[in-house]
Amino acid sequence: MSEIFTKSMARNIYYGGSAFFILLFLALTFDTHNALPDRDNREALTSQAKAGKDLWEKYDCIGCHTLLGEGAYFAPELGNVYERFGESKEAFIGFMKSRPKDGVPGRRSMPQFNFTDQELDALFEFLKYADGINNENWPPNVQG
Amino acid sequence: MQYESQNTARLYFIGAIALFIGQILFGLIIGLQYVIGDFLFPEIPFNVARMVHTNLLIVWLLMGFMGASYYLVPEEAGRELYSPFLAKLMFWVFLIAGALTVIGYLSVPYATLADITGNGILPTMGREFLEQPTITKIGIVIVALAFLYNVGMTVLTGRKTVVSLVLLTGLLGLALLFLFAFYNPHNLVHDKYYWWWVVHLWVEGVWELILAAILAFVLIKTTGLDREVIEKWLYVIIAMTLITGIIGTGHHYFWIGVPGYWQWWGSIFSAMEPIPFFIMTLFAFNAVNKRKREHPNKAAVLWALGTAVLAFLGAGVWGFLSTLAPVNYYTHGTQITASHGHMAFYGAYVMVVLTIISYAVPILRGQEAKSNGMQVMEMWSFWLMSVSMVFITLFLTGAGVVQVYLQRFTDTPQPFMVVQQKMEIFYWLRELSGVIFLIGAILYALSFLPTSTHKQQASTTSA
Ligand code: HEM
Ligand code: HEM
Ligand SMILES: [Fe+2]
Repeated sequence: MSEIFTKSMARNIYYGGSAFFILLFLALTFDTHNALPDRDNREALTSQAKAGKDLWEKYDCIGCHTLLGEGAYFAPELGNVYERFGESKEAFIGFMKSRPKDGVPGRRSMPQFNFTDQELDALFEFLKYADGINNENWPPNVQG
Repeated sequence: MQYESQNTARLYFIGAIALFIGQILFGLIIGLQYVIGDFLFPEIPFNVARMVHTNLLIVWLLMGFMGASYYLVPEEAGRELYSPFLAKLMFWVFLIAGALTVIGYLSVPYATLADITGNGILPTMGREFLEQPTITKIGIVIVALAFLYNVGMTVLTGRKTVVSLVLLTGLLGLALLFLFAFYNPHNLVHDKYYWWWVVHLWVEGVWELILAAILAFVLIKTTGLDREVIEKWLYVIIAMTLITGIIGTGHHYFWIGVPGYWQWWGSIFSAMEPIPFFIMTLFAFNAVNKRKREHPNKAAVLWALGTAVLAFLGAGVWGFLSTLAPVNYYTHGTQITASHGHMAFYGAYVMVVLTIISYAVPILRGQEAKSNGMQVMEMWSFWLMSVSMVFITLFLTGAGVVQVYLQRFTDTPQPFMVVQQKMEIFYWLRELSGVIFLIGAILYALSFLPTSTHKQQASTTSA
């Protein structure tokens, strides 16, 4: 085999193969971008929802939760929390405000972030926006 | 050691191992928070301890790659490092930037850290693995550029071997892809799409080039085999890596809002991603079986073979478990993911860095290998870490199966937190295995402490 399959053949496969698949990947990326306006719920990406994403990152929510299945696995999925909370802003705000400052003895608990009402509105709009993304019906059920 | 400037690697290796121990300590903290929920709450919340755990991992692996490069590039290029001073300077810049970042994580709330570091100007924080303040990210880019310049000049003005060119390509790709860490659009689908260009295209793309090059170097040195043969294997491995791994990114595009055709592209190509890892295993065993010499550093050879095997198991087999879209629909973002993440990172990147350290450090001290006693100790550390990591993986897989079934698969799905309680036994067993892992890691570090013979040698050479 060493005679038939030479090092320079292996090198050519490496160069040719990588170049081809990089180009294919870029082409698929281009096509994906064209398809996104109909799927990514951008009409719900209001300035409030944008402020919500900034808060989501500033408080590192992803360090405990998943969002569309990505993040940490310590706390529930939030890409569908809008639906799980019955699309209710009151339920969401009530939950956020009632987190005990010192936690719950022996249990996992979410910190009390002391968000203002305006900030809670923004976070809610962001999670509502995320829930509306067409992501092929994941998660399988409302429990996330 | 052939070249004086290879000694700069030593600094990087010491830094890497120290941060590795820190990473494991924080792993144990978050592992404990999984079962004792209020442990250290609210002083060190889970998300903060977790980012210390994962960021230390990335930083020490990068340090390991840099140390490996400073060791092997002069030898491959047949000349001294372009600038040993720059290499030493950048080590301290990197270490101090890293230490300040970790201190920042631990001493103020994360949101406060975002404020003081001016995250609002160019928001990049608060995304998994990319939690570092924007200024730290800029620091990483500067260190990477200086490093690439240094290593690049050494290669370009010296002998260009396949090993050093592949290594350099991998490092260049690493730096370029990191630039996507600065792109953080509000559109969540765009955000996620390009976030994976850092994360996936690193570990299943350019990092594999670095891995294969380091492994090839150690195998050339320890087996005495002909370069031509090894270089051919190397090309085959990295060709398969990029042919499968680039489109394989699609296995992260199943449920994030992009078109459904990614389920086909992602499943088919990522299902082939184990191939390069499998070839790597064949390659390592073949090389060692056909060796032309008996290298006295048995521990380094053990690490090299272990890397090949556990990289295949962790990345290849455990990655494959959840890579087909219909399976991933149920396992996505569960403890199954965590089980794979642990064994893949350990088997591929942790182990290859421990391999090159194992091979290089004795030589940097003027010996071919450590004393027998110290090698035995190092081999103990190999088995303790590797076996406990296999158990960590198995326990997390067990936890994941329970989670997938109760929360996602049954007709009466239960809430996340309810299911978590039913997985507690697995989390305790994982934590226990983690303690064994820590003992192994400490033993590894101890096996490199200077012994009295080193001190004698040092005093005779300086005399
Ligand atoms: C030995 C003791 C260790 C323990 C107890 C431990 C524990 C943990 C825990 C609890 C998490 C967070 C999971 C979550 O997000 O909910 C985590 C994440 C992670 N750890 Fe460890 N870890 C250990 C060692 C390691 C080692 C040796 C490595 C590298 C090889 C590693 C790499 C990672 C990675 C990559 C993640 C992120 C995983 C993901 O997002 O899927 N850990 N670890
Ligand atoms: C050494 C190479 C690899 C490393 C270090 C690695 C590491 C990881 C990590 C840390 C994650 C979790 C990312 C997150 O936090 O969201 C992940 C996810 C994943 N990996 Fe890998 N991986 C490697 C290779 C592979 C390979 C070869 C395959 C396929 C055969 C694979 C399949 C997957 C899949 C399908 C996911 C997504 C799981 C989910 O949906 O939650 N990985 N990998
Ligand atoms: Fe991946």
